[in-house]
Amino acid sequence: MAIETKVIRVEGVTKRYGAITALDAVSLDVERGEFLTLLGPSGSGKTTLLRVIAGLERPDAGRVYLSGEDVTDLPPYRRRVHTVFQQYVLFPHLTVYKNIAFGLEQKRLPRHEIERRVAAALELVRLPGYERRWPHELSGGEQQRVALARALVLEPEALLLDEPLAALDLQLRKEMQRELKRLQREVGISFLLVTHDQEEALALSDRIAVIAGGRLQQIGTPREVYENPETAFVATFLGSANVFEVEVVGRENGEALLGLCGQTVRVSLNGRSLEGSRAQVAVRPEKIALRARPLRSSDLVQLEGIIEEGVYLGDATHWRVRVGDQCITVTEPNRLGSKAETFRDGQRVFLCWARESIIVLTQ
Amino acid sequence: MRVPSGAGADRWLGLLPAVLWLLIFFLLPLGLVFLMSFAERGLYGGVRWTFGLENYHRAIDPFYLPVYGRSLLLATVTTVLCLLISYPIAYYIALRADPKWKRALLILSILPFWTSFLLRTYAWMFLLRTEGFINTLLLMLGVIERPISWLLYSDVAVVIGQVYGELPFMILPLYVALERVDVRLIEAAMDLGANRVQVFWRVLLPLTQPGIVTAVVLVFIPSLGAFLAPDLLGGAKSAVLGTVIQNQFVQRNQPMGAALSVLLILIVLGLLRVALRLAHTTERR
Repeated sequence: MAIETKVIRVEGVTKRYGAITALDAVSLDVERGEFLTLLGPSGSGKTTLLRVIAGLERPDAGRVYLSGEDVTDLPPYRRRVHTVFQQYVLFPHLTVYKNIAFGLEQKRLPRHEIERRVAAALELVRLPGYERRWPHELSGGEQQRVALARALVLEPEALLLDEPLAALDLQLRKEMQRELKRLQREVGISFLLVTHDQEEALALSDRIAVIAGGRLQQIGTPREVYENPETAFVATFLGSANVFEVEVVGRENGEALLGLCGQTVRVSLNGRSLEGSRAQVAVRPEKIALRARPLRSSDLVQLEGIIEEGVYLGDATHWRVRVGDQCITVTEPNRLGSKAETFRDGQRVFLCWARESIIVLTQ
Repeated sequence: MRVPSGAGADRWLGLLPAVLWLLIFFLLPLGLVFLMSFAERGLYGGVRWTFGLENYHRAIDPFYLPVYGRSLLLATVTTVLCLLISYPIAYYIALRADPKWKRALLILSILPFWTSFLLRTYAWMFLLRTEGFINTLLLMLGVIERPISWLLYSDVAVVIGQVYGELPFMILPLYVALERVDVRLIEAAMDLGANRVQVFWRVLLPLTQPGIVTAVVLVFIPSLGAFLAPDLLGGAKSAVLGTVIQNQFVQRNQPMGAALSVLLILIVLGLLRVALRLAHTTERR
């Protein structure tokens, strides 16, 4: 028998609450040792999926496997995955030591073994000597670390994290992000993280699964998902994007001729199929450059537009440029010598970008 | 313009009704009972206001010992049964029931409380009588051949009536305690490997302990001095503190009744102290 490499396998899981479908036939694999992020807006079903895997919700259809074993009908306390909850949910009537020892005592391990492992877990989350503190004496970040230790001490096959950093302030969140990544590398187990924060997803994940409306939209490495989003939703939810309605003029050898704002552009389909005469493409704002005069290059797409608004954001300036009846967003980094800062509202400019920056979307 | 918070005199004036109420309906009768407990019974009933410890001597006479024992036993059994019945009910209403039914279920569980305890006790007499509802039903169903005679005028009847009467006082505080429990703590415990029984012992019980102490106090203390259920439902030999005190007052030995009352109050205060300490230790944790 082949060794099962998928720590978590979700097959066609559907979950309904009354008339609302929270999960609609979602299938997903988590590899051993992988950091996978479920990214989606609130109400997208990402937390529900996590709870289904943890056993806290029963799916209406579909199966859940942990290391090849069907656990769909097992209660949470019989599954070897553990959860770090959003508000940490430490037991208020127990000390830090007792909180972390909770699961170990459940397994009836010998006392010295429990003591050793709790101490090691506290060491791991960098809170040595915190054994006798009470949860209410700890800061948010410390509570978060205890919650991590409480789950990790049980050496789960996978750690499920439900927006663990959402309650922390920005500074602490950045710090805990690095901490999570370090922990995951150190213990080497799979992390399945739920978040609505795209930056968090990009910074931490080996792979990102974008979820919306209870459906899995796209799954891939951060680079794949960001550089080559499949749908307009993914393109605009992970980062921002200008989405154009285009006319399909012709297609050949995996390339297509598209009519974009009055110009005919040849783009690579990247293996995607294009049906019908209309299509959608996306261009990321930072891939577009603004120039006062047109450039002499046939490899670039160039459009003429009028500047509507410029917003200075320190590291970059966001421009809104009107081209015909469409408004295009452009992000210009504020480099030394950049001409862009001299642009005024209402000025005529030229937008240019490489043909390779055009992403053909599926609808 | 008048300043709402007012000067000293105004503020005390506001407290006056409460102070008067306490004085007239609580401290005055209590002081009277206390004084009376040292007095003597008059020749034709009534009270002779003397001072002596005679009543207390009689009150701790071995003759009364079984009465104290029975009272403690009745209160303990009532409290334990109430707790065992109420906890699952309160748990269900607070944590498992559909939120839109919560209020209805809660009202339903305290509904009997809206009629007089006396009426409800009479209702139990009707149910438990030899030719009462329960016996008739069991006879009809063929479960028994002769009516069960020990259903009414027995300790069983006293406990049934007492538990029934005190149930709301147990359910309500337990409900409040359970309602405050964060459901996610239960989920976290299950996630960490605790099954439902272990969740109960390791999370639910410790978290609701202050509520349990409150509920136990609220049921135990009235049960210790109960006289209605023992008097109406109990047998000839089921004298408890409540019925004995009532008898003393009816039989025109008011000082003796007063002494027994004072002793009952002292027992209750002693137990309350223990309970408060118990609740306090949980709070500190």
